[in-house]
Amino acid sequence: MTPAPESAVRDNLEPAEAKVERPAARSSASSSPVLPARPAVAPPRPGTPSSTVAGEQPKLTIEHLNAWYGSNHALHDVSLVVPPRSVTAAIGPSGCGKSTFLRCLNRMHELVPGGRAEGKLLLDGKDLLGREVDPVVLRRRVGMVFQRPNPFPTMSVRDNVAAGLKLNGAKGSHDEIVERTLRQAALWDEVKDRLDASALSLSGGQQQRLCIARALAVEPEVLLMDEPASALDPIATAKIEDLIHELKAKYTIVIVTHNMQQAARVSDQTAFFYMGDLVEVGPTERIFTNPDQQRTEDYVTGKFG
Amino acid sequence: MRSMRWRGLVNAFWTVICGLGVVFAVVPLASLLWLVVSRGAAGLTPSFFVSLPAPVGEPGGGVGNAIAGTFLLVGLASVVALPVGIGAGVFLAEKGDGKAGALVRFTTEVLSGVPSIVVGIVAYGLAVVPMKRFSALAGGLALALLMVPTLARATEEFVRLVPRALREASLALGVPAWRTSLLVVLRTAAGGIITAVLLAVARAAGETAPLLFTSLNNQYWNFRPDQPTASLTVQIFNYAISPYEDWHAKAWTAALVLLILVGGLNLLARILARNKMMEGSR
Repeated sequence: MTPAPESAVRDNLEPAEAKVERPAARSSASSSPVLPARPAVAPPRPGTPSSTVAGEQPKLTIEHLNAWYGSNHALHDVSLVVPPRSVTAAIGPSGCGKSTFLRCLNRMHELVPGGRAEGKLLLDGKDLLGREVDPVVLRRRVGMVFQRPNPFPTMSVRDNVAAGLKLNGAKGSHDEIVERTLRQAALWDEVKDRLDASALSLSGGQQQRLCIARALAVEPEVLLMDEPASALDPIATAKIEDLIHELKAKYTIVIVTHNMQQAARVSDQTAFFYMGDLVEVGPTERIFTNPDQQRTEDYVTGKFG
Repeated sequence: MRSMRWRGLVNAFWTVICGLGVVFAVVPLASLLWLVVSRGAAGLTPSFFVSLPAPVGEPGGGVGNAIAGTFLLVGLASVVALPVGIGAGVFLAEKGDGKAGALVRFTTEVLSGVPSIVVGIVAYGLAVVPMKRFSALAGGLALALLMVPTLARATEEFVRLVPRALREASLALGVPAWRTSLLVVLRTAAGGIITAVLLAVARAAGETAPLLFTSLNNQYWNFRPDQPTASLTVQIFNYAISPYEDWHAKAWTAALVLLILVGGLNLLARILARNKMMEGSR
């Protein structure tokens, strides 16, 4: 994390840090000599909606999720709730488990040899880690966009968008879906005249939006994004972020990001991971201005990570 | 520190050594080409490609049946070797990290080290003895046994080059693993695999030893897999060891035909490989 762009967050946090005089009676053992202690708060109880969106059945409910890669215990007892049509951001330093968490949500963690997960992962109330759940079917409901744009190099723009349908054997023309999802991905105007060109002829930012269109074409309910803008320049990043705002109206989005400003800009709820633990989850504004945990505050103010 | 002059001398010395290396590498190839072309070109008439061999002393005649036989043998070998070799290669690349993979990899390594004459004997035992006749099928089997290991290793290499991200992209779209392997991974690796296939075919087309006692030879046209079949290489061998001058000339011409065939396949493979590389670097 480069220090420069953090000034924005720092500025945001001025008011929070001004609350130093807050009573520190319940200060925890984790108090640092530099920053005022925050009252320690127990992690959210399973099933307790941690978001401000109330009254709706959660899209995803994660209870006591543990994940391993071989003997490496990558994720410890994570519990959180993702409301429908919201953006949840997972932040934390490299290796903190946030990507593992994301990959568990559509069982991509199983692709790594030795990868396994235990606990409850409920999608619309149904456990998706169950043995009877076909990960292939699950992944059509829970789509994924990766860190680096990964369009299929042998396919045209059009075929890339329709890939999820074509690779599954769907015959016929998918022009309608291609146009609709490219419009959804805010890419239509840029590529409508070169749908038959190779996907590799697009710029990096266009390729990433193409990958988003490709993920949307199989009509998922949840969209997982693993640092979708980390390989892109600021302009392309801004486009992706605008897009996330628009997609929120229809999809439930979970995004992993290294970039805290991005998390602050795009998400409704933020989960801070550190060393495989879910340290804290809550409304984004609170996490960035008034977190409960010392470690969260240290991270979002740029003290480490 | 040594003087510039000394360094210049050392530089010149090694430049000459490297240059000599190049000369020693190129001279045999150039002389081989020159020898075959100069001795074989005279007999290279259109009828040579389509005629049956003529008896000793008779003018004309050709190796039409041998060319057809080579295509028949290589075709039969490919029918067996392509699915087996490419399939084994995909298996090694995708699932080859366990014990089964190690076993398959070890087997292909051993198989690729077996001398071609031994492979011929194996095909003789497997096909000629039970069928009680020499046949194109036996020859094709021998060639297939030679093609499988090289195909498997090359396919594994090219499939491993396909980025993990593409596999994951496909799987994340809810595409089953087998469709991902077939439609995304194999398709992305197709350019490289086609190159490997062409090189394996070229190598098989140039084999003589495993054909000597499997497909044997045939003075006439044969398109039946269960019959002895002529092939360019065995025909060249027979012409070359004969005591007749005009058959020697025919051996040179047939060698030139074989060289054009094999060289053409190699050239095609190189062009495809280069296009593939340019596609990747775009």
